[in-house]
Formats: sequence, C-alpha cells, structure tokens
Amino acid sequence: MAYTEEEVLAGLAEIVAEESGQPASAVVPSASFTDDLDIDSLSMMTIITHAEDKFDVRIPDEDVKNLSTVGDAVSYIAKAQA
Amino acid sequence: MGLLDGKKILVTGVLTDASIAFQAARLAQEEGATVLLTSFGRQAKLTQAIAKRLPAEAPVLQLDVQSQEDLDNLDAAVREHVDSLDGVVHSIGFAPQSVMGGNFLAAEWADVATALEISAFSLKSLAVATQQLLKDGTPGGSVVGLTFDATLAWPVYDWMGVAKAAFESTARYLARDLGPDNIRVNLVSAGPIKTVAAKSIPGFEKLDAEWPERAPLGWDNSTAEPAGRAIAALLSDWFPATTGEIVHVDGGFHAMGS
Ligand SMILES: NC(=O)c1ccc[n+]([C@@H]2O[C@H](COP(=O)([O-])OP(=O)(O)OC[C@H]3O[C@@H](n4cnc5c(N)ncnc54)[C@H](O)[C@@H]3O)[C@@H](O)[C@H]2O)c1
Repeated sequence: MAYTEEEVLAGLAEIVAEESGQPASAVVPSASFTDDLDIDSLSMMTIITHAEDKFDVRIPDEDVKNLSTVGDAVSYIAKAQA
Repeated sequence: MGLLDGKKILVTGVLTDASIAFQAARLAQEEGATVLLTSFGRQAKLTQAIAKRLPAEAPVLQLDVQSQEDLDNLDAAVREHVDSLDGVVHSIGFAPQSVMGGNFLAAEWADVATALEISAFSLKSLAVATQQLLKDGTPGGSVVGLTFDATLAWPVYDWMGVAKAAFESTARYLARDLGPDNIRVNLVSAGPIKTVAAKSIPGFEKLDAEWPERAPLGWDNSTAEPAGRAIAALLSDWFPATTGEIVHVDGGFHAMGS
C-alpha cells in the first residue's frame, strides 16, 4: 500500500515537528531542513530513521545529502516506496 | 540452542543501524541473550528509534560516560530490568575534530583530554560501574570493547590513535584487576567500517583505502557484522580462559607487511 505525496508530507511533518519542536504547519515542501527548520545532522538522522520505518523505505546516506528541502524528501520517499 | 542463551548483556554505543554495537546487540539477541542498550543526550532519541529495529526492542538507559551521576545511577537503572549482568559491550569513541584529520602537531590538551576521557578512561568507568552486576551474574562475566589497531601510526587518526593505545592498555589492566572476580576483558580490533564515528574523521578514506587489497580475506567496510560476531563469541562461554586479549577482525590486514 503506497502512500500518496500528500500522505507522505503529512506523516513527515509530524515526524519533523516532533524532532524539531517546530509546528507541523511550518513543515511545508519549500522549507529547507537546515535553514528554515534548524535541523542539524543528528536530528536529520533521527528524522530519516523514523521516516524509513513509517513509510517502509530505505534512504542511504549518499541520498540523504541531496534532500535539502521537505519537498525533496517527500518526492524521494513517494518514489522509493513504489 | 543459542551461543548466549539466558545471558544478560548491556550494550553501549548503538547510534544507527550501521553502529558496530547494533550488530553486537542484534546477534546477541539472536543467540538468546536479553539485551539492554545505553545512549545519552540528544542521541538517545535516535538510539530509541534504532532499538525498534532489533529482533526484540531493547530498553535504552541513560549513560554519558563523562557524567559521574550517570555512572553512579547505572547499576540501579540496569536492575530495573534485570538482576545481574553476564556481559558488557563498550562501543564508545569520540574525539573533537581538531585532534584528528592530520593536525597532530597542533592539537591542544583540552581536546586531547576529551578524546582520552571518552575513548579510553571510559572503559575503566564502565567496568567499575557494572562490576557488582557482573559479580552477581553467572561466573565468567565478559567485558568486550572495540579498538582500532593502536600499535601503528595511521593517516588522519591522530589523537584518536593515541586514545586507542591508552584504551588497549586500560583493557590489560582491567583484565588484571577484574580477573579475581572471574570477569574477562577483551577487545575486538576492527578494520574500518562506515559508521557515524568513522565518517566524522576528516579524511577517513585515507585510512580505509588500502584495506580491501592488503587484507588477505578482503574487507567490506559497509558492514559491522563480522565485528559483531566476534563480540558475541567473546561474550560467550567459548573463551573461558581468555582475557587481556585483542582479537583482530580486519580481514588479516594487521598480519601483512604490505
Ligand atoms: N568504525 C570503525 O571503522 C571502527 C574501527 C575500529 C574500532 N571502532 C570503534 O568502535 C566503537 C564504536 O564506534 P562505531 O564505529 O560503531 O561508531 P558509532 O558512531 O555508531 O558509535 C560511537 C558511539 O559512541 C557513543 N558515545 C560518544 N560519546 C559518548 C559519551 N560521552 N558517553 C556515552 N557514549 C558515547 C555514541 O553515542 C555512539 O553510539 C568505537 O570505540 C570506535 O572507535 C570503530
């Protein structure tokens, strides 16, 4: 059962909000993890781990480096679960 | 029957599923052990998420080896889950970036001291903090730590290498002083593995580059399973008369001249 991009965004927003202390409403596709959401590499690892388990995907470190915005992560996850 | 049936084992150092400690914890559970983990500070949330990926979710206790309070509380925290321990895995290492990466001559003592405290002295701190638990366990307790061959100078490893030399020596003295309690202390000397700690060493590729060719068995830096297997073996009853030992899990690299 694949998640739609909207569902991935909603699920990811919850995970990011929990980890960063930012409101889920701030977790929009254009938001940059580092610049807008203040997420450092440890927080990013935690978020990726939760996202991998929630959406049943694996995101290798080499790919995590390329996910600079929430939107990047949403489309990566949506594609990866196919 | 599992290699570690009925054993209770404390595993420090699980951060991600690439961590050497993660493989040790996974294999210990698969071999029949009850496993408790430790983590600290902000990393604890990541350890908790990773703990769910083990065959059986393991509790995560608070332990910053720089905190005397955490060390003092460890015995009681463990006893909330089990009444004794049969094994302890030390899989902890840290050095500030300023003392690795080729700036050996520029290093300052405060940063070197941090590296030594977290990466070497902590083996003594952890062993003492768990000594009574190990004495209360089945005779023949086992402490296992992780080193990177400290008999040689390496590119970029710098003061972490000095810390590992202190760590290896600490293990021998602990073997001496814990032997009378029938507690063994041994180390696994692992080849390079791509973990968070390894990737935080500036220029890690320089350390790692020659390994696959020089090691007669070859070397895969993407998995800690071989190291995890050796840890499980050293935790088991199959090394009953071995202490103060360093087992190389490096594909044979250490034994080759070039
Ligand atoms: N990765 C390698 O190439 C390699 C090779 C040989 C030996 N080792 C050793 O293996 C051990 C585990 O490292 P790893 O490679 O699995 O990396 P890792 O980053 O997964 O684990 C390092 C662990 O040290 C813990 N730690 C750091 N400071 C701490 C503190 N103050 N209190 C408690 N815990 C603390 C971290 O929480 C983390 O879990 C280290 O001793 C390391 O030096 C690693």
